[in-house]
Amino acid sequence: MAIFNYYPQTLSPDWPGGYWLHWGVFVVIILVFVMAMIMGFIWFERRGLGRFQVRLGPNRAGPFGLLQPVADAIKVLIKEDIIPAKGDKLVHWLAPVVAFVPALMIFAVVPFHDGALLADLNIGILYVVAVSSVGVVGIFMAGWGSNNKYSLIGAMRAVAQMVSYEIPLALSIIGVVLIAGSLSMNSIVEAQSIPFILLQPLGFIIYFLAACAEINRTPFDLLEAESEIVAGFHIEYSGMKFAMFYLVEYCEVLAISAIITTLFLGGWRGPLLPPFLWFLIKVFGVFFLIFWVRSTIPRLRIDQVMAFAWKCLLPLALINLVITGIEVIALPPALLWTVMFLNLAIVVLLALLWSKFFRLGGGRVEV
Amino acid sequence: MLANYGYIGLFLIVAIFFAVSTLLLPVFLRFIGIVPHKPNPVKNSTYECGMETVGKSWVQFNFRYYFYALLFIALDILVVFLYPWAVNLRQIGSFGFISILIFISIIVVGYIYAWRKKVLEWK
Repeated sequence: MAIFNYYPQTLSPDWPGGYWLHWGVFVVIILVFVMAMIMGFIWFERRGLGRFQVRLGPNRAGPFGLLQPVADAIKVLIKEDIIPAKGDKLVHWLAPVVAFVPALMIFAVVPFHDGALLADLNIGILYVVAVSSVGVVGIFMAGWGSNNKYSLIGAMRAVAQMVSYEIPLALSIIGVVLIAGSLSMNSIVEAQSIPFILLQPLGFIIYFLAACAEINRTPFDLLEAESEIVAGFHIEYSGMKFAMFYLVEYCEVLAISAIITTLFLGGWRGPLLPPFLWFLIKVFGVFFLIFWVRSTIPRLRIDQVMAFAWKCLLPLALINLVITGIEVIALPPALLWTVMFLNLAIVVLLALLWSKFFRLGGGRVEV
Repeated sequence: MLANYGYIGLFLIVAIFFAVSTLLLPVFLRFIGIVPHKPNPVKNSTYECGMETVGKSWVQFNFRYYFYALLFIALDILVVFLYPWAVNLRQIGSFGFISILIFISIIVVGYIYAWRKKVLEWK
């Protein structure tokens, strides 16, 4: 057991040293972590999607196709950069930057280990909510700057979707904040003697679905629906700028996986293995869930997506908020297991209720 | 605490630098001659599956987007007020809880009104 105790359980706030050393080390850690994980995710998703669709997936570059992301990066780097003649060149050029920077900024408050994070803000999760919704500005800039009808439709859909799913997303986080009693990401992890997914099953489901919609994963990827608007907002992009949007998509998935891990799955906490490894395992688990949903469920229509946010997720998030508030005030902490089973029962009840009284519109829709 | 925001600000600069330098790499490679640059009018025209574009695309948008935006503002302000309340709920107890319930119910009345008026339909 001695080997497991080798890892320090708590790091001082400015680990590994002074201000500038701390900053430099964590910037390098974050950039390496993000790039390595994105490469891993791209490979994992392409291979896994191949398996889900009963084909092999990329298997030529390197063993098991492991070098495929590298090959893609080189290919995209030496492609010609085409800017549409009618487009707004400055906006077209800036859009990938505006989309990518917020996605990267989220990782500034994600704890990889106890106390090991770039900046332990006391408003950590509020910062995440604020920063993550800036990314849609970049997507809208891309749609507007391309001067293409498909792009603009995609961008408008992205904005409408972001505006709708932002509220259930923020409300479902409040349930976690109520129990943890803090907004700091590290304190939220420290408060999780059992993972909050057990205390907040409804909050987890709402957050998961709303986050999938906000980062435009496949059941909700209307802004780039290939079957109707070709490629949506990045239709006029090629070369490195296209790669940037590809990177943004995976960076956001990684960010959402890391936040779900921190809020609901206990972050770096876990027995035996070192905390950083636990964090990686949980992030990969959440990513696998997101990508499983992608490969299973077909794309929704825009009216169904909007109705799902406003008529299903929002009332459920409000109900979850009130129930959690009552539990925090009225029930003593000793009744942890009771609360757990009560919440599970409530989830089942609400899911049955909503599936009975609330239906997504089928058939044709007037567009 | 201010030092932490310093980290964030410095990280923002690094993130912008990273993104811009990634985008400038192909520009640099173009000068060496690795990345091709052969524009022509057809290649640079607006892509619309082979058709020529008719009319402008910078036009006014359908009105239905604005209803969602209006509802979003009302509810987002509710959410902003809920965050500090959620942190301190254990200290302020049931009085704070009941007052926030009244606040939520006022917003919910507006939300139900919007639902009944069929603003939430995508039409």
